[in-house]
Amino acid sequence: MNLTAIKAIYVFEMTRFFRTLLQSFISPVLSTSLYFVVFGTAIGSRIETIEGVSYGAFIVPGLIMLSVMTQSTANASFGIYFPKFIGTIYELLSAPVSYVEILIGYVGAAATKALLVGLIILATAFAFVDLNIAHPLAMVAFLVMTCFSFSLLGFIIGIWAKNFEQLQLIPLLVITPLVFLGGSFYSISMLPPAWQTITMFNPVVYLISGFRWAFFGTAEVSIGLSLFAIAIFTAVCVAVIGWIFKSGYRLKS
Amino acid sequence: MSAIVSAKDVTKVYDSGFKALKGVSLDIEQGEILALLGPNGAGKTTLISVICGMVNATSGSITVGGHDIVDDFRAARSLIGLVPQELSLEPFEKVINSVTFSRGLFGKPRDDAHIERILRQLSLWDKKDARVKELSGGMKRRVLIAKALSHEPRVLFLDEPTAGVDVELRKDMWDIVRGLRADGVTIILTTHYIEEAEAIADRVGVINDGNILLVKDKADLMAQMGRKELCIELQDPIGEVPAALAAYDLVLGEDSCSLIYSYDTRGDRTGITSLLSDVAAQGLVLKDVSTSQSSLEDIFVGLVEDAT
Ligand SMILES: Nc1ncnc2c1ncn2[C@@H]1O[C@H](COP(=O)(O)OP(=O)(O)OP(=O)(O)O)[C@@H](O)[C@H]1O
Ligand SMILES: [Mg+2]
Repeated sequence: MNLTAIKAIYVFEMTRFFRTLLQSFISPVLSTSLYFVVFGTAIGSRIETIEGVSYGAFIVPGLIMLSVMTQSTANASFGIYFPKFIGTIYELLSAPVSYVEILIGYVGAAATKALLVGLIILATAFAFVDLNIAHPLAMVAFLVMTCFSFSLLGFIIGIWAKNFEQLQLIPLLVITPLVFLGGSFYSISMLPPAWQTITMFNPVVYLISGFRWAFFGTAEVSIGLSLFAIAIFTAVCVAVIGWIFKSGYRLKS
Repeated sequence: MSAIVSAKDVTKVYDSGFKALKGVSLDIEQGEILALLGPNGAGKTTLISVICGMVNATSGSITVGGHDIVDDFRAARSLIGLVPQELSLEPFEKVINSVTFSRGLFGKPRDDAHIERILRQLSLWDKKDARVKELSGGMKRRVLIAKALSHEPRVLFLDEPTAGVDVELRKDMWDIVRGLRADGVTIILTTHYIEEAEAIADRVGVINDGNILLVKDKADLMAQMGRKELCIELQDPIGEVPAALAAYDLVLGEDSCSLIYSYDTRGDRTGITSLLSDVAAQGLVLKDVSTSQSSLEDIFVGLVEDAT
């Protein structure tokens, strides 16, 4: 393992992040605050508690997941796409580093940034609602797993993308709808039965449900199933990346 | 001397179906400066990219320092430094960070003194905290060189290092190249400029259309292939080359006051003695006689034309 190289990539990526500190943190904090004002306060005051949790508190896990998933994907896809775009990828390809090391560097940095954003949103949430976290360790574990698995997905997108439009296509067309329809802002049990069945095919449901369990101790699907879903998702991403590296897909001609 | 880079029958067919390398075999000796000379699209960058790992060869094998570049890429690549043809740099990054990053990427421990020495050598030290996008093109080229030198390569590839570079930097660059060579670093540079190859290289390789046409010691190449010209200046202008001298293929100088004779230095007989006596026999009065050797440029143009 070329640990020095992993560290170099990680530090380089984190420097980029801190260079754009304002955008990196202000925008998620601002949008979360808006969600709280609109959903939590305006609409929430008209909604009864869900499973014994006030609506304002109920949406916190979903909000964090929404940000963390989009941030992870965006960070990781941009992180690897940008060197391809400006040509500095030559250095990665000609350095004595393995693909696994490149992956750890980029995905590690992307996941770290997303994790920080997630924690900041959580801190923001405390300013708006009363929160008691039932299983803090499990909460952090879920957060970390989500950051890493979606950063893997972002890495794939970044390698696949040939231009900036494609870079934004998948997050916009796939991830955002899945997260919104995955029970971020409502309980699945509130849906008509037919929709409940359809929703079960949405992998994000399991992540949000598991994350919500860590907060409130109740879940719509069993926690084991949630963990299984994350494991499957991560395994699929790792397999795809393995194939990409083996074939040099869109990295080497 | 042993070959530090050895390529055997390397071919590259791009996805487009284009054959950029058509079976290149090349041994680069430890510690030499090899200039790869070739016109646009000859395959210089492709060859370098294959050796350095940015492009997969379609067939053939390459070793660097005895290590296969695929099976033992880590050992092979840690010997290599690359200055690419394109000015590919992260625009928002500081010069110093960009250079330290390269060193880290190659797994070398941090060494601020070494980085400072390189940046000073390349007159970049006072720009170390500037963002790359604030630099001029020539300075960006220097940053690329600094990045490649940051990890102390044993084999340095310079892909058209002097494109867009002023005389001053070119001089600095050759000083650095000579210094590196004195430390035993092997240097491969590509160029379109024959003077450059002539000025700095130990050996010259000519590549065209995906084939290496020849690799020779620069001096040998010039001695072997070089033609010399003998210029005979006459006292009085003449209208045309006298018919009696037709066998010598003389060319009349523009001023009509000189005759130019080209001959092959390889030949047993250059024919100069008989030419001069025949000239005298025509009653022409000689004012002066001088010779000049053809440059690598002439040799190169001749080779490329022969190949096509
Ligand atoms: N990615 C690619 N896909 C298809 N063809 C390519 C690709 N890269 C290079 N080529 C072709 O391969 C040939 C050799 O290109 P290369 O860049 O190696 O030439 P070069 O000798 O470095 O030329 P120059 O002096 O202009 O830099 C060219 O005809 C080029 O069009
Ligand atoms: Mg080139």
